[in-house]
Amino acid sequence: MTHLDEAPRSEKTEKAVAPAQGREKKLPGRDRLTVIVMVAVPLVLVVLLVWVPALLSVALSFGKWNGFGDLDTIEWVGFQNYQDIFTIYPAFWPAVQHNLIWLGFLFLLPTVLGMLLAVVLDREMRGSRFYQTAFYMPVVLSLALIGFIWQLFYSRDQGLINQVFHSEVDWYGDPDINLWAVLVATAWRHTGYIMLIYLAGLKGVDASLREAAAVDGANEVKTFFQVIFPVMRPINMVVIVIVVIESLRAFDLVWVINKGRNGLEVIGALVAQNVIGEATRYGFGSALAVIMMLISSIFITIYLRTVFREERQR
Amino acid sequence: MSRPPSTAIPRSTMVTSAATRRSVLRGIGLSGLAVGGASLLAACGGDSGGPATGSGATVKFGINEAEGAGAAHDRLAAIAQAYAKESGTKVDLNAVDHNTFQESINTYLQGTPDDVFTWFAGFRMSQFAENGLITDLSDQWPIDGLNDSFKQASTASDGKQYFVPISYYPWAVFYRKSVFEKNGWAPPSSNDEFMALMDDMQGKGVTPFAFGDKDGWPAMGTFDILNMRLNGFDFHMSLMAGDEAWDGDEVKGVFDTWRKLLPYHQADPLGRTWQEAATSMGKGECGMYLLGTFVVDALGENGEDLDFFTFPELDSSIGSDALDAPIDGFCVASAGKNQDAGKAMAKWLGSAAAADAGNNAADAPFIAANSGASTSTYSDLQKKSAEVVGAAANIAQFMDRDTNADFANTVMIPSIQEFLKNPDDIDGVTASIQEQANSIFG
Repeated sequence: MTHLDEAPRSEKTEKAVAPAQGREKKLPGRDRLTVIVMVAVPLVLVVLLVWVPALLSVALSFGKWNGFGDLDTIEWVGFQNYQDIFTIYPAFWPAVQHNLIWLGFLFLLPTVLGMLLAVVLDREMRGSRFYQTAFYMPVVLSLALIGFIWQLFYSRDQGLINQVFHSEVDWYGDPDINLWAVLVATAWRHTGYIMLIYLAGLKGVDASLREAAAVDGANEVKTFFQVIFPVMRPINMVVIVIVVIESLRAFDLVWVINKGRNGLEVIGALVAQNVIGEATRYGFGSALAVIMMLISSIFITIYLRTVFREERQR
Repeated sequence: MSRPPSTAIPRSTMVTSAATRRSVLRGIGLSGLAVGGASLLAACGGDSGGPATGSGATVKFGINEAEGAGAAHDRLAAIAQAYAKESGTKVDLNAVDHNTFQESINTYLQGTPDDVFTWFAGFRMSQFAENGLITDLSDQWPIDGLNDSFKQASTASDGKQYFVPISYYPWAVFYRKSVFEKNGWAPPSSNDEFMALMDDMQGKGVTPFAFGDKDGWPAMGTFDILNMRLNGFDFHMSLMAGDEAWDGDEVKGVFDTWRKLLPYHQADPLGRTWQEAATSMGKGECGMYLLGTFVVDALGENGEDLDFFTFPELDSSIGSDALDAPIDGFCVASAGKNQDAGKAMAKWLGSAAAADAGNNAADAPFIAANSGASTSTYSDLQKKSAEVVGAAANIAQFMDRDTNADFANTVMIPSIQEFLKNPDDIDGVTASIQEQANSIFG
């Protein structure tokens, strides 16, 4: 709302002619209507499409319902679902752990690698377009295809890796290994994504900054870390958010591989296992989804607090 | 089966499965090899006199095989065509990928389903009936050529029929005839012979059993057969219904036997699909493979070099006369627009004419449920399947069809995989299953 309040005021100071007395408080009818519509429509959409379903999930998480019949067939069980998840559901704690590993891994490897590739490709070397396309290719491939491609590599009996190295590693089946195998596949995809974002960011960096740094005698590495990187702060923020969200909602690749079982449990896949498909534990699945929502909101809160604090400092 | 009819979930299973199976097979046995369904054709055409059928009417037919899925789709498409020709009703075919169809079945039935759709006998069918999602077809029964056992398999917990069977397939131990001949092996008829066979295979550097459980469900077949061999069919069905303890000595015994058999199975099953396991049996790296007859599909051949035997007995007081043989067929959706047309078509789908229309049009036939259906297109494997299933005293539908879908998918698949990872912690696995069963079965 601050912007709306400010707009007419600045207008007034700039052009003393236009607005009459009292405009400060009241917009003309048409403008007001426009503002109301512009606020109301997105508000209704957000409430209907985000808040209502989210709150319904929370409500559903206190019940037991198999999806047959009307809502009055829901049997309300209080915190039973949550209690079951925390105590007798063997997949839950491994899933939390796997999501955290996922988060750490994505930050450490693909993000850094993507950044490095972006810096290298940004230097207008020969064939850089080709490399860009090659690295970005995995991002546009459909997940079903990605699952299939990696199955060809990882299959224990017929896969490329075991054939080439004459090994007998059970890449997808061994619960100690398969998470890392999947993370490599994810990194393969994620690197290209991060690379593209940073490439776009680097193109936006003012060339005179580089020149100035060069004139001052800074070498390439120093220029990047002390000049370019800080300038790209908004991009870094976007990347952090993307990585956090990607790892919390990690789901698709795991689902394609083994539906998130046997060492590949992640919370997103557990939700799906319980509510998508033939199993219809809607209450239980909703409780898992609510837990996922709470974990995500921790990260979102931290992010928003940092952003707001900086806004204030400015 | 004198169980109290009170418990919520068990009830349905009792009717669809337990009481059923004994007689099912007796009937099927007789039916399997009979030839000549022509006389039945006449019976099916005219009886759908309702205004919603006949020329000008349309019936929507949802099938769980997408175009291009091979023989399974071709058969159903041919059946739909034959019905359209026969009755003059326009058949609107809705072909959906097999897994997608199965996984979206709940929303499908509660949304705008087709009038008639493909489904399976067993607990899930009965559950839909209890929830009013499928139409009572008892006025269409009896159907010529489908004996009492099939009628019982089509009956839900309220004693009415909601299902029309068309085909079935057994789970058994498959092997390559050429590999067995070359090594002088023969199908075992007792537990001792079975163990001796497996030891001999290992001695010759062949892994006795191919085994893959990446998708989670194939190992259910192993659990089913071991439980039926060790604790008997009645216990198995009642366990599936949630009436027996999963952490009792019986189930622990099953896992313990399985643990002892695991060294005879391919290592690392959790990363291997059933297709890959079938391939290693096909290549002769493994001697045998416990799977459904669809194992042929993974081998890219017509199965002439394949043969099978039923899993041998483990306990002589229990015997070996029970097996998994899931029945496929059709239901009419309650939310379907054209109920009369749906019912009439469902009845016809149970006829020998329907089975013949399907089998004549596809490379690979199914084993028809109708005793009047022609067996001339059957492979040797199928003729034998019909015989073996006919000779069995009890038939189960497979774990994920015999028990609550929530339980099968979210508890049993991960639990069996956990056991396969860590076969020594039987107490831990069974205790966890029981805790979760309590929560789900209520």
